[in-house]
Amino acid sequence: MTLFFAVLTPFVGAALVALVSRLGRSHSAWAAGAVTLASLLWLAPSWHLPFAGSLLVQQHDWMPALGLNLAFRLDGLGLLFAGLILGIGLLIVLYARYYLSERDSMGRFYSYLMLFMGSMLGIVLSENLIQLLIFWELTSLSSFLLISYWQHREEAREGARMALAVTGLGGFAMLGGFLLLGHIVGSYELSDVFASGDLIREHPLYLPSLLLILLGVFTKSAQFPFHFWLPHAMAAPTPVSAYLHSATMVKAGVFLLARLYPALSGTPEWFWLVSGTGLATLLLGAYVALFKHDLKGLLAYSTLSHLGLITLLFGLSTPLAAVAGVFHIINHATFKASLFMAAGIIDHEAGTRDMRRLHGLWAFMPYTATLAMVAAAAMAGVPLLNGFLSKEMFFAEAMEVSEYLLGGWLLPALVTLAGALAVAYSIRFIHDVFFNGAPVDLPHTPHEPPRWMKVPVEVLVVLCLVVGIAPTLTVAPLLAVAAQGTLQAPLPEYHLALWHGFNPALFMSLIALAGGALIYRARRPLTAWHERTLDRLDARVVYNALLDGLVGASRFVTRLIDTGSLQRQVFLLLAAALVLGVAPWLAGGAALAGSRTGLPLDPVSFVAAATLIVATLATVWLHRQRFVALVTIGVVGLVVSLIFIKFSAPDLALTQLSVEVVTIVLLLLALYFLPQQAASEREPARAWRDGAIALLAGGGTAALAWAVLTRPYDTIAGYYLENSVPGGGGSNVVNVILVDFRGYDTLGEITVLALAGLGIVAMLQGMKLPAPSRDDTGRVWDADAHPTIMATLTRILLPLALLVAVFILLRGHNQPGGGFIAGLITSVALIVQYLANGAQWTHQRMVSAPSPQMGEGANAEPKPVYDSHPLIAWGLAVAAFTGLGSWLFGYPYLTSTYGHLRWPVVGEFELASAMAFDFGVFLVVVGATLMILVNLGGLHHALPKHREKH
Amino acid sequence: MEMLIALVIGVLTAGGVFLALRGQTFPVVLGLTLLSYAVNLFLFVMGRLAIGVPPVISDAASAYTDPLPQALVLTAIVISFGMTAFVIVLAIKSRAELGNDHVDGLQREEDRNA
Repeated sequence: MTLFFAVLTPFVGAALVALVSRLGRSHSAWAAGAVTLASLLWLAPSWHLPFAGSLLVQQHDWMPALGLNLAFRLDGLGLLFAGLILGIGLLIVLYARYYLSERDSMGRFYSYLMLFMGSMLGIVLSENLIQLLIFWELTSLSSFLLISYWQHREEAREGARMALAVTGLGGFAMLGGFLLLGHIVGSYELSDVFASGDLIREHPLYLPSLLLILLGVFTKSAQFPFHFWLPHAMAAPTPVSAYLHSATMVKAGVFLLARLYPALSGTPEWFWLVSGTGLATLLLGAYVALFKHDLKGLLAYSTLSHLGLITLLFGLSTPLAAVAGVFHIINHATFKASLFMAAGIIDHEAGTRDMRRLHGLWAFMPYTATLAMVAAAAMAGVPLLNGFLSKEMFFAEAMEVSEYLLGGWLLPALVTLAGALAVAYSIRFIHDVFFNGAPVDLPHTPHEPPRWMKVPVEVLVVLCLVVGIAPTLTVAPLLAVAAQGTLQAPLPEYHLALWHGFNPALFMSLIALAGGALIYRARRPLTAWHERTLDRLDARVVYNALLDGLVGASRFVTRLIDTGSLQRQVFLLLAAALVLGVAPWLAGGAALAGSRTGLPLDPVSFVAAATLIVATLATVWLHRQRFVALVTIGVVGLVVSLIFIKFSAPDLALTQLSVEVVTIVLLLLALYFLPQQAASEREPARAWRDGAIALLAGGGTAALAWAVLTRPYDTIAGYYLENSVPGGGGSNVVNVILVDFRGYDTLGEITVLALAGLGIVAMLQGMKLPAPSRDDTGRVWDADAHPTIMATLTRILLPLALLVAVFILLRGHNQPGGGFIAGLITSVALIVQYLANGAQWTHQRMVSAPSPQMGEGANAEPKPVYDSHPLIAWGLAVAAFTGLGSWLFGYPYLTSTYGHLRWPVVGEFELASAMAFDFGVFLVVVGATLMILVNLGGLHHALPKHREKH
Repeated sequence: MEMLIALVIGVLTAGGVFLALRGQTFPVVLGLTLLSYAVNLFLFVMGRLAIGVPPVISDAASAYTDPLPQALVLTAIVISFGMTAFVIVLAIKSRAELGNDHVDGLQREEDRNA
């Protein structure tokens, strides 16, 4: 489980960090550091395993029925990346503490950072491809949050959206690639995939799956032509850029190249696609970086270029090139993270990142300048620094491979050119910023940053130096295991050293260094030429055109479907349903009636049905006289509850009856604010058309009901009837189903009810309505708002009604009743008080929570009852925690238990844990119903009483 | 009896559909209420019609009707109340914001005078 916990820790930590931020600004930084360390500690017991040559795979059942497992693996490659993610993550946490200003929310920043860190760890430690993809998508989402951290800036939002669109699209393609790969191999486990490399490469689906996976890789690693999102992601705070674009996000793409290297590499397709894309990105990035005036823009394009270099190395498909690729991953992470941090310091202390204004900072911050110079020299590939070593290996490999292609000189020439460009932009970074005259019009006078802001940069710069000077003593073992994890095969012969003798790679390095200096000297004419020509080309234009096209197309489709008129929409829906419903009848030709013998018709039922039909027709006919329609629809509801009671459904009858009362009260209240009369139909033709549809729909439903009712059927009711008493401890099977067998559904349903109540309160907030003092016929409302007889009677009724509610609640498990019904009855009893006595009177008498069962309510602050949020919250909590209780005893969620108690007077009494659940249901129903009705009534209450309207 | 219930469901559906197609909010809410009666009844009778055999276990009972549709419908009734309440408040809100009670929120002279 250790690997699982290592990945889980940052996700849990994200919530923790956000919570802790309430205590103070530094607290969340400390917490984030602690979370990162905790994650490292989870990995600590397994650190030595890759070095000992063993592979750690941990499997946990997740959805065994679907064959999905949580599977984690730790090999050399995973270890290297986990180390980079957590190690550099720790430095970023420290750095960001000083970078973020007072106005920025620390909790939000660190919370996002932890989410991202967890997602990255998930990618590099996954054994299962689908699981890897889930974490991959999580990095896209969490990087979106990080890039758009400064939400008030438009370029941050736009940059984040672009990154999400591009990497999200790539992730989608990659899912397709993984599915194909899984189909070829027959398993999504990496171990199986590695073992079937030959099978994959010879399979006809190899090319499609390779293309799709590479699409994911190239979008994530910002390879040409998907590179354009990365410079725009620079709108993120600098710690984010330093993290995402050195060690993590963009490295996820090259990580995947390395990860799938044993399975996919070695074919001409791989060679041309991967190395071709890498070469293009290498050159493009290095070229554009030279002309960027923004410090971070320069670093962004140089990141592109270095990612292209790594991609190119993996594309070359020789074992040594793969070793060099892994080595450059390490080196790039260290020097680029420190450069970004240095750029952040300069931005922070000087107030700008524009290299046309930043000059001569050596005089102000010599210490930072020294650090930045060392890191930039590593980026340029100067000897004695780590960048030199991997660049030498890269040049050597380019020479090696070039024998086979393009006349032998093109590839070495191009990579040397890229090297020279890298030297040139590194010189520019140093010379422009720290020397080259005096600063131009800076917002602040620059100075050295706080002590601890420099520490992360120092650590990384020292790493650049020691790796560059003594590679065999420092990085060699880690590189060896990481390369082994990449190749999944014995390592090739290689030798990490500063001096390899006079070989072609050395000459290429020297040419690059000299050429870079020359290019920098010629920068003015070059820049002028670039700005006249190539600068005008921008991949973002294509992206925006595509995006606009997509938006336009989806608008067009939406307009086709959504006409903006509810009436027409409902009409189309019903017409479509009718066509779909009627078509099989016409085609099938099965007999309408089945073989089941029906019940005989009795006169009482006939009269009841006739009443219902007449009341329904009256509702339809009189719907413009709205009060009358309300009375007739009330009749319909009452007959429906009679139908329930007739056909052996006492619970339904009780529920329908109480809901009916509440609904009518609700509609009456609503009608106060709506026109009480409606104008007659303006388009008689429409009424005829709707009538026809209604008749067809009614006829169809009736025919369907008839067809079902006359056919015999199989039911699973037997199970419930048999197990209700022994399993659920209640003889009212309907109630036992609700609170026990299907308790989880009920929990969902009361949540929906609670949400409806909250939604209504939200809608009613701050609403202003004309309060009519007279109705449509000119009669005054509220002539006698609270008739004495009604007020007196309801006061007597209240305790009786509450008693009935308690009775119904308690007996619900065994006899018709239960939480839903008891809740509705309680609500009705309370609502009646409001109606009879007015809201103010009622509030004054219900200072504490309305249900005496709530012990906490009694000594709480007096609150008006319509604030029933706590009631709903308690109800949901009771229901949810009753379910949790069964976990303590090792049973699945919401397993019920029961026992028998003897109560005085009542006699033997059964107590089931499900009844506590039912009590929760009761509380939610009371809370939600009261919240809805009392708030609607409160609108009226809040308005001036006597306002004449003319 | 089955024929009668089928007829009742049919009439409720027809009335509900007709009202749901009206242009003003209040009849639409009435129509939804009628439709939910129809749907609840329809679901309920999927357990077939049975008289005098409630699904309450007791020694005296000889048979029980199907409890499952009843459990489904019970929560459906409560949820339809929640939905009705939500929709009617939405209607009030839309009248408050737009000054009329048309379902499409159209600003029409005759609606305002109605």
